[in-house]
Amino acid sequence: MIQLKGIAASDGIAIAKAYCLVQPDLSFAKTTIQDIDAEQQRLVAALEKSAEELAAIQQLTHEKLGAEEAAIFGAHLLVVKDPELIGPIKQKIAEEAVNAEYALNEVSTMFVSLFEGMDNEYMSERAADIKDVSNRVLAHLLGVHIPNPSNINEQVIIVATDLTPSETAQLDRNFVLGFTTDIGGRTSHSAIMARSLEIPAVVGTGTAVESIQDGDLLIVDGLTGDVLVNPTEDMVATYRKKAEDFTAQQAEWATLLNEKTISKDGVQVELAANIGSPNDLEGVLRHGGEGIGLYRTEFLYMGRDNLPSEEEQFTAYKTVLEGMEGKAVVIRTLDIGGDKHLPYLPLQDEMNPFLGHRAIRLCLEYQDIFRTQLRALLRASNYGNLKIMFPMIATLQEFCDAKAILLEEKENLLAQGVAVSEIEIGIMVEIPSTAVMADIFAKEVDFFSIGTNDLIQYTMAADRMNEKVSYLYQPYNPAILRLIKMVIDAAHKEKKWAGMCGEMAGDEYAVPLLLGLGLDEFSMSATSILKTRSLIKHLSVADMRALATEALQLTTSDEILDRVKQVVH
Amino acid sequence: MKTKQFTVVDPLGIHARPASQLVAAATPFTSSIELQTEQRTANLKSILGVMGLALKQGSMFTLHVEGEDEEQAFTALTKLISETGLAQ
Repeated sequence: MIQLKGIAASDGIAIAKAYCLVQPDLSFAKTTIQDIDAEQQRLVAALEKSAEELAAIQQLTHEKLGAEEAAIFGAHLLVVKDPELIGPIKQKIAEEAVNAEYALNEVSTMFVSLFEGMDNEYMSERAADIKDVSNRVLAHLLGVHIPNPSNINEQVIIVATDLTPSETAQLDRNFVLGFTTDIGGRTSHSAIMARSLEIPAVVGTGTAVESIQDGDLLIVDGLTGDVLVNPTEDMVATYRKKAEDFTAQQAEWATLLNEKTISKDGVQVELAANIGSPNDLEGVLRHGGEGIGLYRTEFLYMGRDNLPSEEEQFTAYKTVLEGMEGKAVVIRTLDIGGDKHLPYLPLQDEMNPFLGHRAIRLCLEYQDIFRTQLRALLRASNYGNLKIMFPMIATLQEFCDAKAILLEEKENLLAQGVAVSEIEIGIMVEIPSTAVMADIFAKEVDFFSIGTNDLIQYTMAADRMNEKVSYLYQPYNPAILRLIKMVIDAAHKEKKWAGMCGEMAGDEYAVPLLLGLGLDEFSMSATSILKTRSLIKHLSVADMRALATEALQLTTSDEILDRVKQVVH
Repeated sequence: MKTKQFTVVDPLGIHARPASQLVAAATPFTSSIELQTEQRTANLKSILGVMGLALKQGSMFTLHVEGEDEEQAFTALTKLISETGLAQ
């Protein structure tokens, strides 16, 4: 048995024989031709056949996956019919008396390098589309078959170096149980397609093609990224059990998809998702998110060489608000500094960046940047249920200053005749000073969202990047629980709501305690939502209140964790 | 010959979807239809040509239409360019 490790790209477990999808040999020699007309005709015939195939694939993709996924083949079709591609190839054949294969390759390589050279990720990725189209035409010229996975008629797992968009689209869900590739990551085209087809996939294994033969028995574990080649019978039995459990769990979760989150004794809470970009929306809806509890806007500012414009931000916020169709969307204003830097905004090196000039502290100094973001948010407020949240608030003054700037921008927009909706304004509670003063803050803010990752590191004075002190990162420490209780109680006293957007909100052992402490909103990664909804359905808030009260009197993190495990299981 | 100047407003710049729509709309006309930027000129009947201009948000280009059906082509394309939200 060989075990390969890759990137878990699409959930689920597949067990089946390998089908190696290896590209045919597309090598050719440069030759001199006599009959130019005949050679040009050969090219035209290959282009026509390619166009027919692409139209068929487009149709198939449209039926299986929908218009959006099929659109890429519409673009491929335009490429095989492109006069600026065909003209120069024909010209090359005529002027240099070379074979069509050579002329095609020369011209398409020119376009590929043109696109690859663009300083724009989107455009350089289009180079792969041109290669895909050009290989299809080349295969027709050479009379070789591009493997046609749509012909597969038994259950298999596809093994490939990478899967091109056209290959992935041809995979028949009834026969292709999963796939594994040598290259790619979670956001590569093949991984995205696997998730929309809902078949397990492990990408980026590095050596799948060389390690696996056609017909080998394979297990692809899309949950962990493991690929097992010719596993033992025991292994197969173990994985069959794991696959069954996964399927059963998926079935239970699917029934909870459009349900509210209600405890055994009838208390309703809200399960929201943390996102970093509008692209994450699809996952939120697919996993039954009841709102967005944290939209980290810093990703709009990262991986580029200039500040995002107001218009660009407006579009992103509007997309998210519209996508959530009136459900609450909490957008956090820029949280930069600490471990997150912008290449175009040089900041001084600091001894303790996490205790330094970051988030709201930075925004209150660089007001141009802050005001641009606030304007984009205010304008977007008309498209859904927006709530704005300021990060890293340590003093009431900071909140008042930030809110004053927000209201000033709002007045400016209203004066210009731009409509702005009512917006709740809240803060992240991640600094102990704010947790301790929560009763005072609660009179001023509309809501709290507890950021546990930072709250824990600041309360325990333990850098979460430093392994030597990682033992101090203790979500169940009674000190943390007491702070959380103070925040929730303070909010409720003023009839405000309290949420949590740190990792703790989706932790199966923290959820019972948080439920008992009265947390109103739990915001987590989308993939944890259905699991948490199922968990809460089985818990009674009254029982959890008793558990939390008991936990607050315990001495250590371990004692509390043990106690939760006893009660929950 | 009919011409009109545009500025790209789509935050993504010229990407596959609007480019495909423009090429599909331009192809049936017999007129010569071109997009011209400061550096280059592209045939609007060519997806590779149009995408190859790599127009970003804020870039300027001029639409040139010349030929027998230039009136209809110009009307249809100027309308489509603003409808797709690509440029104005």
